[in-house]
Amino acid sequence: MTQTEGLFNRLANPTRFMSIAAAILPWLTGVTVILFAVGLYLTFFVAPPDYQQGETVKIMFIHVPAAWLAMMGYSLIAVSSIGSLIWRHPLADVSAKTAAPIGAVFTFLALVTGSLWGKPMWGTYWVWDARLTSVLVLLFLYLGLIALWQSIEEPSRAGRAAAILALVGFVNVPIIKFSVDWWNTLHQPASVARLDGPAIHSSILTPLLVMAAAFTCLFFVLHLKAMTTEILRRRVEALRMTQVARAAAE
Amino acid sequence: MMGNLGEHAAFIVAAYAIVAIVLAGLIAWVTLDARSQARLLAELEAKGVSRRSARKGRKRQASEAAE
Repeated sequence: MTQTEGLFNRLANPTRFMSIAAAILPWLTGVTVILFAVGLYLTFFVAPPDYQQGETVKIMFIHVPAAWLAMMGYSLIAVSSIGSLIWRHPLADVSAKTAAPIGAVFTFLALVTGSLWGKPMWGTYWVWDARLTSVLVLLFLYLGLIALWQSIEEPSRAGRAAAILALVGFVNVPIIKFSVDWWNTLHQPASVARLDGPAIHSSILTPLLVMAAAFTCLFFVLHLKAMTTEILRRRVEALRMTQVARAAAE
Repeated sequence: MMGNLGEHAAFIVAAYAIVAIVLAGLIAWVTLDARSQARLLAELEAKGVSRRSARKGRKRQASEAAE
């Protein structure tokens, strides 16, 4: 057994996962708060205005991290879905279920902040181009997954159905990423994750990366917390079933 | 600088305000849900309802203490 498989199996025990999460969460929360403090200071007191966009470039420091996390959240759901369908890992569908509402929120924020950035820069809040439309489809996929989880009562059946939908919908993630290269869109092409390096000056790139790290840490704080809550919810359900069974037997 | 956000200040302030409000709502929802489930679990356990694995664990601890 490799080290990774060993860790994977140890985490399969929900009680052990809860104790690891309880140890990590206070530290990760502290790191998140510090990163947000530094990121907001750099955003509002250090970062210069862009030579073309002026001060509206500050919207990029929240829009881009939200968009990255929208895609990362869905990728996490897809990986969890594979874990759920193939290995039947007990925490995989807990991970997938709890990542969906958090990912949906970040997708919504990416759309809203992009719209508020688009109006002064493009002259419009919305345009039906490939990038914007594919991100809107991503939001609908998230909402579909949440609805599916809510509509099927039995968690393992809901998990399997949601995992299949999540994996089918994953095709949208590379479409979002490469839409600006494949089609002519109003949205600018990639300027950070490029083969020839970032096309942004370090004075603007640094606050962007710090804010991205802050958003990412916040995502994982919320996801870990939501996962431990989901485990508690399932224990509550199991205890209620036990209570009903005992009452029926008496 | 903070005091001068230029001619499009309203868009910048609106974007940051919406992000702050929505993320605060998400944090509150996750926190309150966690507290609510922990309370429900504590109430059920206080009534003497327990999981089979928890009962086994308690029995094992009791037998270890007796030995």
